[in-house]
Amino acid sequence: MNRKTIGKENLIRIVLILFALSSLLFLFTIFIFILTEGLPLFYKAGVRNIVLGIKWAPTRGSFGIFPMIISSFMVTFGALIVGAPLALACAVYLSEYAGKKTKIVLKPSLELLAGIPSVVYGFLGVVYIVPLIREYLGGSGFSILSTSIVLGVMILPTITSISFDSLMSVPAPFREGSFAMGATKWQTVYRIVLPAARSGILASFILGMGRAVGETMAVIMVAGNALKIPASLTDPLRTLTSNIALELAYATGDHRRSLFSTGVVLLVIIMSLNLLANFWVKRRVAK
Amino acid sequence: MRIAIRSLLLLLLAPCLLACNNQAQGALKARRTTVTVAGSTSVMPFSEKLAEHFRIEQPRITVNVQGGGSSAGIQACVNGTVDIGMSSRELKGDELALGRTVICHDGIALVVNPANPIKNLTLEEIRAVYSGRLKNWKALGWIDRNIDAVTREEGSGTRGAFEELVMGKTGIDDSTMVQDSNGSVKEVVATDPYAIGYISLGVVDSKVKAVPVENVEPTAANIKAGKYRIVRPFLYLTNGEPSEAARLFMAYVLSKDGQQILKKEGLIPVHE
Repeated sequence: MNRKTIGKENLIRIVLILFALSSLLFLFTIFIFILTEGLPLFYKAGVRNIVLGIKWAPTRGSFGIFPMIISSFMVTFGALIVGAPLALACAVYLSEYAGKKTKIVLKPSLELLAGIPSVVYGFLGVVYIVPLIREYLGGSGFSILSTSIVLGVMILPTITSISFDSLMSVPAPFREGSFAMGATKWQTVYRIVLPAARSGILASFILGMGRAVGETMAVIMVAGNALKIPASLTDPLRTLTSNIALELAYATGDHRRSLFSTGVVLLVIIMSLNLLANFWVKRRVAK
Repeated sequence: MRIAIRSLLLLLLAPCLLACNNQAQGALKARRTTVTVAGSTSVMPFSEKLAEHFRIEQPRITVNVQGGGSSAGIQACVNGTVDIGMSSRELKGDELALGRTVICHDGIALVVNPANPIKNLTLEEIRAVYSGRLKNWKALGWIDRNIDAVTREEGSGTRGAFEELVMGKTGIDDSTMVQDSNGSVKEVVATDPYAIGYISLGVVDSKVKAVPVENVEPTAANIKAGKYRIVRPFLYLTNGEPSEAARLFMAYVLSKDGQQILKKEGLIPVHE
């Protein structure tokens, strides 16, 4: 290589490094931004009064977001109860039972499901699920149940595709060995393949939870957004994300800062979920 | 290496070239002026309507209407980022330094589903429903079914006015559902037969039923006669001396034509 080519190569390398680092820069900027806007209120009002406070009336100096933290976790687990069995069944079918042709249809349609904008899910929830629940189970229909159903469908693609990948990475000799011992297909799946892919499946659940915690638009539309901790499946509720999106438009001063504090709590929750998921995946690789 | 330097130079120069181009375009457009109006989502649809009509009168002025909410509109006006701020709540504190013009008044109507046979609500009953003391339609003379009350989010101009004019010192119960615009409150009430909500009188249509309060129908006539009391002003705010174009737009809004448009939309003009 002559000097000219080397120089050009180096230039391209430097430009690529800069672009690659920009994503890190964005993450860092977002972090700094949310923390500088959100942390001052924790000093002023006290961490306990915010994280464990029951009363949310930010224009009158009460910044308690405890009910929303609980509500966020409630719909997240609700979504998992609705979505996880479906998604896991789908992943098992895809990796163990489906022929090539079914796979060609099923995989892209799952990806399409992931690509549908959340406002569409919310709209369908309002038009079909909410009236159904109001009619047959009572209440207004805007409830933890309708939110869980909508979110359950929304996290299907996430859980399915990651579970599918981890099922596919179980080495073929595992299955062959099991068949050689005279086990049936289902026995092989249930006793050999699923346990071998366990950590990947768990990671997919946790990432699905992360998606459910972070979802905003669809939740605002079907959750009813009441401030109380729901006492029954048909009660309305408000999550951390919807709290920010609902009130940001009109918020000023401490009210605005309290929404950023909500963001800080949300950031901590989502970061812990992602770390947890990474931890499970790492463990699988280490084995 | 030389090619590399040249392309790097081009990369650095590109934004400058683009900027020059923009400037040239700006000079061409200089004859068109823009007025930016932003703030309350309650005032926004009416400002849009006014802007459409104003365009016919003054084709060279473009009025750009944006939402964001009352507080955001006031803040933007204080910062000088908009020509005119819109607010559906009264000013407080240092906001009072802004120029304040009442463009019209707006009633807040209590709305229920058209299937709901209720004929009248007293202020006391409304307070009882929203404070969570009264939870069943049976107590208001209808079927044995929970009331699905809907309120607006904290900080909303409509909610602020409702709290001040109806609730007084009583707080709104935490188990009340919350929606973040007149439109979504109307949508919930239109689809849920057992719901009750409050929205700007200007956006009431056949999808919902406005209930008389203390036996007074929420109509423009009753508001002007001072009989219907749940009324708030719609404000246009300016910071210092407004631009020529902004001044023309404000003058149009307060003119006979402008006020007539507001009246047709169901609002109460300041003068006719």
